Amino acid sequence: METRSRIDILSLFLYFAIAIIGIASVYSATYEDGSMTLLDGRSGKQIMWFGASLFVGIIIFILNANFFEVFSWYFYVPLMLLLVVVLFIGADINGARSWIKIGSFSIQPSEFAKYGAAFAVSSVLSSIDFSFNKRMDVIKLFAVIAFPAILIIVQGDTGSALVFASFILVFYREGLSPLLLVLGIVAIFIFVLTLVIGFSYFAITALVLFLVFTAFTYTNKKMLIPSLSIMAVVVLFSLSVQFLFDNVLQKHQQKRIQVTLNLIEDNQGAGYNVNQSKIAIGSGGLAGKGFLNGSHTKGNFIPEQTTDFIFCTIGEEGGWLLSSLTITLFMLFILRLLYLASRAKKKFKRIFILSLASIFFFHLLINVGMTIGLMPVIGIPLPLISYGGSSILAFGIFIFTALKMDASRDEDLTSES
Amino acid sequence: MNRHRSLYISIAVVIIGSIYILRLFQIQVLDDSYKNTAERISLRKQTIYPQRGLIFDREHKLVVFNEPVYDLMVSVPIRLGGIDTNSFCGVLGIDRPEFDTRLAKAKKSSYRGKAVFMKNVSNRLYARMQERLYEFKGLFFEIRRDRNYKYNSSAHVLGYLGEVSKNELGTQEDDYYEQGDYVGKKGIERYYEDELRGMKGEKYFYVDIHGVNKGSYKEGKLDIEAIDGHNLGLSIDIDLQQYGESLLNNKMGSIVAIEPNTGEVLALISSPFYNPANFNIQNRGSYYNRAIQDPTKPIFNRAVSAPYPPGSTFKPIMALVGLEDGAITPATHFGCPGYFRLGRRTIKCHPHPFSTSLERSIASSCNTYYCNTFKNMMQFDKYANTEEAYLSWRTYLESFGLGNKLGVDISSEVRGWLKEPSFYDKMHGKGRWSYANIISLSFGQGELGLTPIQIANLAACIANRGYYYTPHVVRQIENIDEIPEEFRTKHYTKVSAKNFDPVIAGMLAVTQSGTGAGVAIKGINIGGKTGTVQNPHGKNHSAYMAFAPVEDPKIAIAVVVEEAGYGATWAAPIAHLMIEHYLQADSVTESSKMYLETRLKEANLIPLKYRSQRDTSLYGN
Repeated sequence: METRSRIDILSLFLYFAIAIIGIASVYSATYEDGSMTLLDGRSGKQIMWFGASLFVGIIIFILNANFFEVFSWYFYVPLMLLLVVVLFIGADINGARSWIKIGSFSIQPSEFAKYGAAFAVSSVLSSIDFSFNKRMDVIKLFAVIAFPAILIIVQGDTGSALVFASFILVFYREGLSPLLLVLGIVAIFIFVLTLVIGFSYFAITALVLFLVFTAFTYTNKKMLIPSLSIMAVVVLFSLSVQFLFDNVLQKHQQKRIQVTLNLIEDNQGAGYNVNQSKIAIGSGGLAGKGFLNGSHTKGNFIPEQTTDFIFCTIGEEGGWLLSSLTITLFMLFILRLLYLASRAKKKFKRIFILSLASIFFFHLLINVGMTIGLMPVIGIPLPLISYGGSSILAFGIFIFTALKMDASRDEDLTSES
Repeated sequence: MNRHRSLYISIAVVIIGSIYILRLFQIQVLDDSYKNTAERISLRKQTIYPQRGLIFDREHKLVVFNEPVYDLMVSVPIRLGGIDTNSFCGVLGIDRPEFDTRLAKAKKSSYRGKAVFMKNVSNRLYARMQERLYEFKGLFFEIRRDRNYKYNSSAHVLGYLGEVSKNELGTQEDDYYEQGDYVGKKGIERYYEDELRGMKGEKYFYVDIHGVNKGSYKEGKLDIEAIDGHNLGLSIDIDLQQYGESLLNNKMGSIVAIEPNTGEVLALISSPFYNPANFNIQNRGSYYNRAIQDPTKPIFNRAVSAPYPPGSTFKPIMALVGLEDGAITPATHFGCPGYFRLGRRTIKCHPHPFSTSLERSIASSCNTYYCNTFKNMMQFDKYANTEEAYLSWRTYLESFGLGNKLGVDISSEVRGWLKEPSFYDKMHGKGRWSYANIISLSFGQGELGLTPIQIANLAACIANRGYYYTPHVVRQIENIDEIPEEFRTKHYTKVSAKNFDPVIAGMLAVTQSGTGAGVAIKGINIGGKTGTVQNPHGKNHSAYMAFAPVEDPKIAIAVVVEEAGYGATWAAPIAHLMIEHYLQADSVTESSKMYLETRLKEANLIPLKYRSQRDTSLYGN
């Protein structure tokens, strides 16, 4: 039988389209005067990292697709070891010990850890006897993502650690009870409400609701115990949120959350980045100020302009048209990946591609959300756009591995589900 | 079941993406406030200060010019990028606590995105800082123009600049001035502020977070060029002015010289004076308080602000009014026994021949003659009562520019004292006062106060035989053809021309055979009148009024020297030397002129009580 091995052209197109927007944005954000070309400075390095990604991509396409499934743990384990190593030999940058210096380059293992975790998750989930009903299986599954997440928290990079939560979406797709997602959303709701109205008001409200509910259902004695316990859990959770918020979170973390929830205004302190970021994006108008003409970008008013807050440059210089185009490209890319996942015939490949889509989605959700003030400031890059070799290379390898898996789907004869 | 979950995830992706796109639409397209905020943060307006008009003297010699002043500014909000505080303090020569204080102060006083870090930085410091400014992001220089002076002279005429006050900012109509701008505060700097200041320009540009210029806004389409101010040409003759200042050195008093047929002021001196350079923006801080504390009041412009009783210099006017009113005729003689009897009181006169003509009354300054003249006028039966007679007398005087401000183009002019009848009503009761109560007015004493410029203007009125132009010190405004209309309008006195002849004859006699004959200048016919003004606080003031040449008057002059003694001893020779100097008559023999000049220049007539407290450094440098 003839086996076709063709890369998905639409994904490749979207990859390059996003990459070009990224390179142009990094160039503009670092642009000083006419003597600087695209190949100088950070945009030059960015191009170099894309080149490296393509080089690795070609190697990936030369390999046999089954190689990845067979050797999946050989990706996971060394990358996890790197996470441990960085704790000992890593360089402190911005208060986080997440970089390994090799000559003039710095590598951020946490960016690659997502790639490794995807292998492990795919491997665990696709094993024949895996079941969400077996407690040991579920624990193993969560351990696989919790391990890198905890190591990264220890490095001091909570943002990157949070990314591993995006695997829960993969688990949901593969059969995890939606209860966990629902509970997660309810928990976030209680968390926000507690911080907005305070624990005491929250507790009183919960009590009143419980009494009203009981009054309507007093005939049904069976409802009393469950509803009482639900109320107790909710109130206890709220109390612990308040306690954790006040006593465990650091001042700057508290403030970031409060600023996002509009509980405090602190445009010179914790809210400075977001405020400047909103001003830059908001001042872009419909069509933007034009390439290289962003006064806020040029004026260096926004910290982390080329990395976490690169979306400001897009919003300011390209206006609503370019920023919504960028989001649309991301959306199409994620949807396309979801489609590629759904047409995979092997479970391992499906889960791997799905993992990429989830991580991409999570990055987009958090990164763009924070620049427009809808999410708290969590320092993770905008994939393929933010400046940073590790991120570009890790996502590149991730994407090309996923595309290779898709390209070789015809080799897989059976369809598993 | 799990395939549905794929769909749910896809839907979630689309929903989140759409929410973000809508949110972006809201902040980018619907909400304008971000645009405005962005401009407020990153757009700066730089003011371009124009050249203030230069000032030249009568002979077109440069008198006042501009000198740059450098203010070290800091961008607000303050974000000093990578600044090495120690090396910065080292360059500026300040210590760390002072650096912090200045920064804190700047934070408080910021205005339109900037604040002064250090004012009036010296040229040397400016040059040194300029080289290293790139190291100190967020700091920049603003250049403004201060005044400097070619001559240590004419301070009271020129006046000075100062920072615009809160009050001035609040009351301005055209919203031109901003906090920290310089504005004329005194002298012609104030009077001709609108002509001198020019128009500020504006330059818009983007700044980065440290306030560093990142390029012009809209390619400079909104920028406005500064327009330089108009240059002024003074009527002051700087040479004559300086000569007069040398004569009044170490004296308290004033000289005002006017060109009678134009009203142009040739010299206007108030002594003690100060070096105008000590009162420019950079230096005034260190001199102002000392000037205020000096009891001889060096800032006070006596020429336009100090009303003195004119004493006997008033007599020619009395004669003119008497002649015009009919109280006397050119042939009127009064006998003078050495006093004028007023009931049980007598008014003393000096020794001179008994029978006195109009001419001799001026030449020998006879008090009795003017007491009689004034009595005749006040009791004239054409008037219903003394009040009506007094009002008539007062109206004559007003037509000579007395009792009101003349309207000269120097700030701080006062009207002097010339009382309304109501003043005497209050003092003595309505209708209960007569000539006897106000007899001292007849010889220039009592409730009468004339500024030196008013006295000089009287001399000009007499020289012109009945008219004057409002005295003014500016005769040319570059690029504007004419000086203000009020200085081109003839004011006629209420005394007809023919009545001036006998008075002028009397004034000529003063310098030929009268009280001023001792310092006469051969070859120039000067009409003069001495005055010795009684001063209840000390020695008499020495006063003199004159014009010359009598045939074709070119200069009218008034001199007052406070607490100096007889008019003939000090004021008259000073006036005569001024006239001689101006007309370049060279008629005083070199040796006697030398003697006279030396005597006058070297005399220190500052009252002893003030000498120890004087601050002569004000005149220095």
